[in-house]
Amino acid sequence: MPDKSFALPSSIAVIPGTEAAQAAYPYFTQFVPEDDEKFWFYNSMHFPEPMHHFDMITAEAAYVAMGAFNTRVHVLPTAKGVDHRIINGRVYIGGVVVTDPDEIAERVAEFQQRAGHYYENWESLYDQWKVKMKALIAEAQALPSPSLPDYEPLETITEGDAVPASHDLLKIYQQQIEGYHRMWHHHFEFLLLGYGAYMTFFGFCKKAFPEISDQAISRMVAGMEAEIFRPDEEVKRLARRAVELGVDHHFTDDMSIEQVLADLDKVSDKGKEWLADLEQSRDPWFNVSSGDGFYHYHRSWNDDLSLPFAALPGYIAKVKAGENIERPTAQLIEEREQLVADYRELLDTDEDRATYDQLIELAHRVFPYVEGHKFYCEHWYTNLFFNKIREFGRLLLAHGFFGPDGVEEDVFHLTQYELESAIIDLMLAWGVGAGPRGPAYWPAIIATRKAAIVEWGKHPTPPALGNVPDAIDDPAINMLWGITRENLDRWLDDGTENPNELKGFAACSGVVEGTARVVKSVSEIGRIQQGDILVCQVTNPTWSPLFQKISAAVSDIGGSMSHMAIVAREYNLPAVVGTGLATVKIKDGARIRVDGGKGTVSILEDA
Amino acid sequence: MKSVAWFSEVGIADRPTAGGKGGSLGELVRAGIAVPDGFVVTTAAFEQFLEALEAKEPIRPLVEALDPNDLDAATRLSEQLRARVIGDPMTGEVETALKDALNQLCADQRPVAVRSSATTEDADDASFAGLQDTFLWVLDGASMIEKVRECWASLYSVESMTYRRKHGLPEAGVAMAVVVQRMVEAKCAGVMFTRSPTTGDKSVITIEGAWGLGSSVVSGEITPDKWVLGKITGEISQRDISDKHARQVPAPGGGIQEIENEAEIRSAPCLTDDDLQALRAIGRKVEKHYGKPQDIEWALDQDGKVLLLQSRPETVWAQKDAKAAPVVAKEANPIAHVMGLFTAGAKK
Repeated sequence: MPDKSFALPSSIAVIPGTEAAQAAYPYFTQFVPEDDEKFWFYNSMHFPEPMHHFDMITAEAAYVAMGAFNTRVHVLPTAKGVDHRIINGRVYIGGVVVTDPDEIAERVAEFQQRAGHYYENWESLYDQWKVKMKALIAEAQALPSPSLPDYEPLETITEGDAVPASHDLLKIYQQQIEGYHRMWHHHFEFLLLGYGAYMTFFGFCKKAFPEISDQAISRMVAGMEAEIFRPDEEVKRLARRAVELGVDHHFTDDMSIEQVLADLDKVSDKGKEWLADLEQSRDPWFNVSSGDGFYHYHRSWNDDLSLPFAALPGYIAKVKAGENIERPTAQLIEEREQLVADYRELLDTDEDRATYDQLIELAHRVFPYVEGHKFYCEHWYTNLFFNKIREFGRLLLAHGFFGPDGVEEDVFHLTQYELESAIIDLMLAWGVGAGPRGPAYWPAIIATRKAAIVEWGKHPTPPALGNVPDAIDDPAINMLWGITRENLDRWLDDGTENPNELKGFAACSGVVEGTARVVKSVSEIGRIQQGDILVCQVTNPTWSPLFQKISAAVSDIGGSMSHMAIVAREYNLPAVVGTGLATVKIKDGARIRVDGGKGTVSILEDA
Repeated sequence: MKSVAWFSEVGIADRPTAGGKGGSLGELVRAGIAVPDGFVVTTAAFEQFLEALEAKEPIRPLVEALDPNDLDAATRLSEQLRARVIGDPMTGEVETALKDALNQLCADQRPVAVRSSATTEDADDASFAGLQDTFLWVLDGASMIEKVRECWASLYSVESMTYRRKHGLPEAGVAMAVVVQRMVEAKCAGVMFTRSPTTGDKSVITIEGAWGLGSSVVSGEITPDKWVLGKITGEISQRDISDKHARQVPAPGGGIQEIENEAEIRSAPCLTDDDLQALRAIGRKVEKHYGKPQDIEWALDQDGKVLLLQSRPETVWAQKDAKAAPVVAKEANPIAHVMGLFTAGAKK
């Protein structure tokens, strides 16, 4: 029996005043007494902030797809999907493991055959995947904006179509929901297998070279043309173009983006040429979210240019100083090959060299997906999805659903099911010719939910609930969330050791001392000053233009394979991930030391 | 054979005449590694000297007749033979050769280090051939000759003689070479292993160092700073900067002395990141030259230039390597390895 445990789910009370908002989440996400038997952890890696009711679809669709692929498509031998629950706006998840030896044996046979097919045909299946994914994106882009005319256009009659516009609302909405679910299926088609192959190489290296850094391993594997690095590369390109075209003086730290765009259009052909370059970068590369795409308010660079523009002055200064800031791809490939060869030479036996060759080859085969899929899924598609929901928000707002003080963003306070009912309310009203019921119904509910989100955000969230199992045997949970028995023990022990030191995964080596900038949401990234150490719940690859400004990064959650870890290593930025409580324990402005090699963060001086 | 050989004239294969230390320093020079300049007093010098001694009175037959279990007899014989090796007049020929070499090495009158260089493998490891036969900061020709004779005399220590008798080694082959080397007035010094001493990992380099001469690190008198670097990547994954209370420096009349470290340097790292990278590059080069992990002594001179004082094969982990099984069992294809990960939970 484990000697320590986290609070049981049944002991976690709904924060007073938020009961109605809690009850509005789907019934299947509410904790029930039987859930006390299971172990749950807070998925702060994907959902570090309280969930707007609509945004719960991100959890739901992802867990539908992940479960289906683990349990029934790939048939992972020991792990099925993950259950999810929500309390006080926080998403808890728990793995479902297979323990019956007969069932495992049966699943091993299935898995071998299925995974084998994927690994053997990886490139062609991934090429096919990209075609599928781009078609899905095109489908979403082709969906019209929902709107209701006073009268149907005459063509409805003359072309014998005779299906009125109200029906299109339902069709667009349902197609968009369907598309979003399909995107998540595509997302999980390769993910676990890709991580699995990478982690196998990783595990081999750790055995052969017990002191090798995670950074060295990922540098051996890293792809060179991954889509997720491309947006930042585009910003660098635009910085270079600004200097080449002699329009760089327009870009300053306190610029108004609108003003700059207007000025460039006026000043000269050179200004227009730069704007054309910008357009070229925007489609598709600025379809990245400034967050990780799990919340509706993680807007894309295209929707909010402030993140890429914030990076331009720094890059321009470097270009003018004669620095080459763009990734030297050929050189990087050569370095990677050298690294692979040098480590190989250190192995003692022919058997090990043979295994090493097999595993690095497989890791190289799968890695383009591991690095690249996020751009298509979490960023590009998700952004289209939330923007389409925004269009429904605009329509409902116009019909008074959110009251006189409402805004289109209020739509995200409805669950996906409630939103469909509101759409049907509007369809009915439009057809009936009477007023919809929504304007009298939703504003009060939305006000309650807004208040609940604010309230939930003020309360600390336990990192886990329930009894800690002896071992976390779920390879999916190990891989995706970095949750191991060791770090659960660490979370439980927290505070009993040195209160001024936090431990996490050593993501990228280097020792840095500096001022902590505790950033709890994407909207705060403007506060980051040159040389600050970023402290956040989870960082995101698209924050990478900011990596030129910061000297180190610390996160609450994330394993050695988390995107933050990958990107930190790519930018050679000292980083410690998965510290559990950095954003709680470290005060904004405190002086801290980050040791990315040891995985420790020390608070030197409180703010 | 000449009684003096310059480092550039010997290599590792010359252990029988230049000794292990001399041969390896020569080998380092051949590999293009900077070492303090110096020469080897070869076994030929020793043989010539011993021949002259034996012409007066036998030495080797007395050792061969020794009962290794009779400690009293061994002690008496050791005292007698050591007194002769240290005290009897040296042949003019050898003495001139040594002094000429020293004049050539130190035209500027700088001090030298005198270090014994044993010809047999096991003598490297045996404790009696260790520190006591390194004489630092030797100031002039006469002192140098004296220290060379002390090194030779160590062959006739009680431990050394009884060891030979117990193993039945013929006295005829017993000889000692001596290294005479320009003294490095080290800003800091220490050791470097081109693998991890704790895990045996060959992908890292461990560097330890402290202020002043390396003798304080080798003897364990102070806790050195310690770093772990990726051998291939150069990333510095560990930095333990210690409180280094003292350092060893040259004593005015020759030899060395220990002095307190000033407060401002006690807890300051003795190497910069650039120094660490320079050491790593040298460590890799030496390891490549020998084809196996090395145990290295290094020093930084006052200008910050890295010099190696010694390099020998790492032995502790090398013995384990010889028995090493593959890290993981061989599989026909990579997917079988990946399967292991996905069924990890089932194997308990």
